[in-house]
Amino acid sequence: MVPPGVRPGGSDTIHTHGAKTRLDQFLQHCLNALMLGGTYALLGIGLTLIFGIMRVVNFTHGELYAFGAYCMYALVVPVGMNFFLALLLAMVLGALLGAVIEMLLLGRLRGADIDTTMLVMIGAWIAMQNTEQLIWSGVALTVPNPFPSAPLVVGPLSVSWLRIFVLFTAVGLIFAAYTVVNRTKLGKAMRATFQDRDTAALMGVRIDRMHTATFALGSGLAAASGALLGPVFVVNPTMGDLAAAKAFAIVILGGLGNIAGATIGGFILAFAEELGAGYVSSGYRDAMGFVLIIIILLVKPTGLFAQRERIG
Amino acid sequence: MMKYFPQAFLGLLVSVPFWLTDSYMLHILITTGIFIIAAMSLNLLLGYTGQLSLGHVAFFGIGAYGSALTSLGFEITLPGGIPLGVSPKPVWFAMLVGIVAAGFTGWAIGKLAFRVRGAYFVIVSISFAEVVRLVAVNWVELTQGPMALNNIPVLRLGWGSAEVAFLRKPAFYWLVLAVGTVCYIIISRLVSSRAGRAMIALRENEPLAMSVGVDVTRYLVLATIVSAAMAGSAGALYTHYIRIVDPDIFLFVYTVTMVIMVVTGGKGTLAGPIVGGVIFGLIPELLRTMAIKPEVQWIIYGVVMVLVVYFLPMGIVPALRNWRGGQQASSTAAASGPQMEGAGK
Amino acid sequence: MTDKSPSLLSVDQMSIRFGGLLAVSSMTFEVREGEVLSLIGPNGAGKTSAFNAITGYLQPSSGDVVYRGRKLNGLSPDAISRLGVVRSFQKTSLFGGLSAFENVLVGLHKRSTQTPLAIMLGLPRVKEDERRLEAAAREVLDFVGILPRAQEPAASLPYGEQRLLEVAIALAADPKLLLLDEPVSGMNPAEKASFVETISRIRERGITVLLVEHDMRTVMGASDRVICLNQGTIIADGTPEAIQRNKDVIKAYLGERSSHARH
Repeated sequence: MVPPGVRPGGSDTIHTHGAKTRLDQFLQHCLNALMLGGTYALLGIGLTLIFGIMRVVNFTHGELYAFGAYCMYALVVPVGMNFFLALLLAMVLGALLGAVIEMLLLGRLRGADIDTTMLVMIGAWIAMQNTEQLIWSGVALTVPNPFPSAPLVVGPLSVSWLRIFVLFTAVGLIFAAYTVVNRTKLGKAMRATFQDRDTAALMGVRIDRMHTATFALGSGLAAASGALLGPVFVVNPTMGDLAAAKAFAIVILGGLGNIAGATIGGFILAFAEELGAGYVSSGYRDAMGFVLIIIILLVKPTGLFAQRERIG
Repeated sequence: MMKYFPQAFLGLLVSVPFWLTDSYMLHILITTGIFIIAAMSLNLLLGYTGQLSLGHVAFFGIGAYGSALTSLGFEITLPGGIPLGVSPKPVWFAMLVGIVAAGFTGWAIGKLAFRVRGAYFVIVSISFAEVVRLVAVNWVELTQGPMALNNIPVLRLGWGSAEVAFLRKPAFYWLVLAVGTVCYIIISRLVSSRAGRAMIALRENEPLAMSVGVDVTRYLVLATIVSAAMAGSAGALYTHYIRIVDPDIFLFVYTVTMVIMVVTGGKGTLAGPIVGGVIFGLIPELLRTMAIKPEVQWIIYGVVMVLVVYFLPMGIVPALRNWRGGQQASSTAAASGPQMEGAGK
Repeated sequence: MTDKSPSLLSVDQMSIRFGGLLAVSSMTFEVREGEVLSLIGPNGAGKTSAFNAITGYLQPSSGDVVYRGRKLNGLSPDAISRLGVVRSFQKTSLFGGLSAFENVLVGLHKRSTQTPLAIMLGLPRVKEDERRLEAAAREVLDFVGILPRAQEPAASLPYGEQRLLEVAIALAADPKLLLLDEPVSGMNPAEKASFVETISRIRERGITVLLVEHDMRTVMGASDRVICLNQGTIIADGTPEAIQRNKDVIKAYLGERSSHARH
């Protein structure tokens, strides 16, 4: 039996103070969803960025997320590093790991069709996942954080300080990623590389480096979301799988390759899970993503915010 | 000479229990055979229609659970307080229920998922399998959740003194072989017919296939139904052989195992999944004798998958065929072109 | 063909818009039963867009396409093909991994009577149907003149023969109206000349042909009637001889050349 993995937004954010009114409960669910949505958005963005620019489905996304969380644990607990410094370092290490994966695995597949790269990435996924399991075994680990343990209480609502920090950091990173891709020279070179490779090369863009940089950026974001959520929940080797499943749902909701779509998709998934778990059944919290995908397929197969035609 | 190879090979397989008396080896062959059936069914989708379906284990698991639950019987309360009870049914009937349930799921998922293609389809198929696993974990009233369904009955056929119980390994080995042979024959008939050509055509060139009147969705859904039902039959065999089934049957690594078998053996060839299945059915045993942890086995699978894509992208069977074609330079056309088995002869 | 032949396909006020670009502007024309009609015009005149709209590969922004009294708008490409309107593609489009013979077998899809259940049960009538299809495939390959190449992989055929194979696939699909999109591009002069003769044999099979082509020798040799498009609008409609003398047509082509010079 697989451990349940990450159960975001569970008991850590709901603090029941005696009997709450129905409205208060609803508001608490919404607040929890908001907190969760920021990190889901961050989780989706790394994946959608790599697909949108490179046309590669990064199946190692969930493992990079788990890698970020384990880095956080290793740096904070055995090494004893400062929490915030560890967060930064986990992100950098995630980006470096992404760069290595890209150079090692995708470097020789430039121009290959999408099915080929998918198979390679699935192989990498399985190998990485089991390497993690081998190193860390199945024990769940917790990462201590420097925030006060008493939650912030506003009227009937309460939320932990750590969650507030996580939300703001996630939103900050989303804006940073968006700016890098859309407003900087590096972002322009990245997009040019994959839109018209030959012209980009003629203009002096180092094609290989752009592939690696794009993949590293997306990987860094995946590791960042793991490093942020690791301390919120427990860290265990199967956390990557569930994170990957959620990331897939988020990017499908928003349309593959669409950063703004993934951001909104992250919040939609968070609300669906939070309200679904609160009012329907908590056992199917993790199934909400799929329910949303089914609805999207029935109503608008091109995704809520699809930029391109994706059928045929 | 090669013409009668399948028949000769089948004859060899039938004879195995007569000279292989080692019960453990027979057990390995049985589980390998079950996985080969699943891999053959995946090949219909992955190899012939060209759709990378990564939710295949769901059909396998639905066949297993469907058959186990029907043979054990169950009582549940549906939403709204409506009780639903099923009394235990004979195993042969339960297995048919499992196969039909898997096929029906294939129909529903095919209708839904083929509204999209490419990366979208792949992701939708993964999510589907994950949700089915979550249902198996959480619907404890029906599935016992992680506690698993135990004491699943054995298949019995015939009446009175002529009754055969598929309890002993040789009998079950022949049962798996029979089901596998039926699946093989059905797939080989399909792919050399109008339906199979339509599937291959949309793998090769979807707009052109439409221009000659091929209803693309219809054939994708047909392939999914047949494929799902066959995977379901493998699951039903598995459940009445192992006689215990838990939600781990839906783990993604099993889909990956099927994909590796197909890709290594050669997608879109009849023999590919069998060759790949034999290799990856025996590797775990080889590793076990070397006392290697299961994680290492999966790591090796992952690495092999990457290496196969790099160095043997078409798979073993087409590579051998090309090599043979090189040896007999006169028959180049026959060796390099026959993506469509048996057609045009 | 005479003007009295009944209309097989009529395009009425059809416009096609890509974002802000008007590719085809209220195009109206008729294809009459039994004729060979060519659409000509400079690059970007909207010929291929019109083809795509007629055969369901894209939806016209406005206007109707009517085939034998039946509206084609909104039907899928395969449904339109099943009604008897079959097209070829401008860029070479084959089932590259299959042999030439198998390519044509796929093309024969509509003529086959096999049902999935009969196939899986291995009923004898499936085998009979296969034999019938194989004979039909050989006939079609022979018709376009590449029967000796039947067992070769489609992707390894010489370019001119690949183009003939495309026509064979379309013919196998049993068209009443055949739309050919630049079929002779890439053929050598000898192949082009013999293709003109192939088109007239296609017409003898009772198939109406709508041709989009740049090669004027082929157009003038093969067509009964020619329509000239420029910037999405029809500027001339007549016999090949009349079109060759038409001032607007000459201007459109010369205009294209001079505008190229300016760039």
